[in-house]
Amino acid sequence: MFQYDFMINAFAAAGIVAAVSGVVGFFLVMRGQTFAGHALSHIGFAGATGAGLLGIGALWGLVGFTVAGGVVMGLLSDRIANRDVAIGVVLALALGFGLLFLHYHTSFATQATALLFGNVLAVDRGTIATLAVLAAITLAGLAAIMRPLVFMSLQPELAEARGVPLRFVSTAFLAIVALAVSQCAQIVGVLLVFTLMVGPPAAAQRLATGLWSGLALSAALALTEAWVGIALAFYTDWPVSFCIAALSALGYFAALGASGARSRTVAVD
Amino acid sequence: MITPAVELNDATLRIGGRTVLRDVSFAIRPGEFIGVLGPNGSGKTTLMRAVLGLCPPFAGTIRVFGTEPRRGDAAIGYLPQTRTVIPDLRMRGLDFIGSSLDGHRWGLPRHDAAAQRSIAEALEAVGARELASRPLSDMSGGERQRLLLAQALIGHPKLLLLDEPLIMLDARHQEVAIDVVRRICRERGVTMLFSAHELNQLIHAVDRVLYLGHGQAALGSIDEVVTAPVLSRLYGTEIEVVRAGGRIFVMSRGQDVERVEHMHDHEHGHGHGHHHEH
Repeated sequence: MFQYDFMINAFAAAGIVAAVSGVVGFFLVMRGQTFAGHALSHIGFAGATGAGLLGIGALWGLVGFTVAGGVVMGLLSDRIANRDVAIGVVLALALGFGLLFLHYHTSFATQATALLFGNVLAVDRGTIATLAVLAAITLAGLAAIMRPLVFMSLQPELAEARGVPLRFVSTAFLAIVALAVSQCAQIVGVLLVFTLMVGPPAAAQRLATGLWSGLALSAALALTEAWVGIALAFYTDWPVSFCIAALSALGYFAALGASGARSRTVAVD
Repeated sequence: MITPAVELNDATLRIGGRTVLRDVSFAIRPGEFIGVLGPNGSGKTTLMRAVLGLCPPFAGTIRVFGTEPRRGDAAIGYLPQTRTVIPDLRMRGLDFIGSSLDGHRWGLPRHDAAAQRSIAEALEAVGARELASRPLSDMSGGERQRLLLAQALIGHPKLLLLDEPLIMLDARHQEVAIDVVRRICRERGVTMLFSAHELNQLIHAVDRVLYLGHGQAALGSIDEVVTAPVLSRLYGTEIEVVRAGGRIFVMSRGQDVERVEHMHDHEHGHGHGHHHEH
């Protein structure tokens, strides 16, 4: 399968994005903000379709809208970021706007499918370069705030007492999530960002008890699921995003089963 | 004259427009074990937050070892009341505590040998060395509490603020926790502010008690403070103090006030701290 350029491109793009998704998603799951991450991807859908109308690249529409959405969510954190209803309403509104913008596109169906479910096999070299730059920015940003982020995720009251600027860190984190979501949507589409950003980290957190080991496992799982998913799609001719989604779910439930079995053994001891 | 560990002079503390303490003055000496008591919403948590520099006084002054409280003071160890521990977090104790070391600095978390040693030493002090490798989700309430207490000891603070550390512990673990805190207070000369629901849990451990209520505060020995006139003033209702079998019961209209408060709190499940003082 590596004799095809489009497959090599797909592996390269998926590799970059999966590693970023696994790492950023680890903190998203730890903080219990997965729904906020999901909402950001839908906001990105409106951004991507709107950008198309303005003649700007869809990726930049995604990045612009999700990062703006992440910053607003972070600044309103007390009122909105962890409130499912408010997030749900914004999410639905964003999808609605996405639909409206699509309405004015000429190739409605192709555009919609690519955005919603991803189209990794159509990624070109220019996009890979862009993804690599975005990935580097995302990881650098995360590295800068990682220490206070972990602290305030685990013990917010104590972090506040020690002088961690909670709002700034949580806003910066949501902006980082937004960047990761934009990249992730290029591979699996806005509807399936959970497959790389939530499935692998959630599985890793069931299995690993250390911070760094958990992060490494999360990235490795995301990478494996993305690459195996693409290979599976190549040989079966099923959609790539379906294969990744299936592997992601499989990985999560296997981890759940494994950790459940282990705690039962511990209980018996 | 010795500089007091904590000193309030005509301090008024307000939170969300509500006055919690009004014109309160008292001084806590270094090395004292102070039991902080009083009804829900009387300002126990707010007082601790003020000492931490999170809630500047509306009027009057607060001094901590002679200086104004400031956020991130390394001399203060803190065990907050609302412990947002994600219930099924499988992270091990070592990494959990490690996150609090230098957690206020930017960059990547690093646990070097010195950090590992100080974590091990703190866990040793509370008799919970094995918790370093155990995942949080497998720990009992008592074990989590000890982990948090160990964390509060790291860096050898001179002042420890323990906000309701006995909540969620059964009677036996409560005794163990009080013994550990008492020993650390003695051995290290650490000043303790230890808030609790029930006086009787602390009766043999504390040097003095600080009772809060109705915007006022009374600091003194149990014999001075736990009296009908003082508590009636603080509770804003007729209080009777009954001593029996080495225990003290604070009664209002024939009911044990502290026990009622306590049960009331349990009805709210894990909502501690959400419905008061925040």
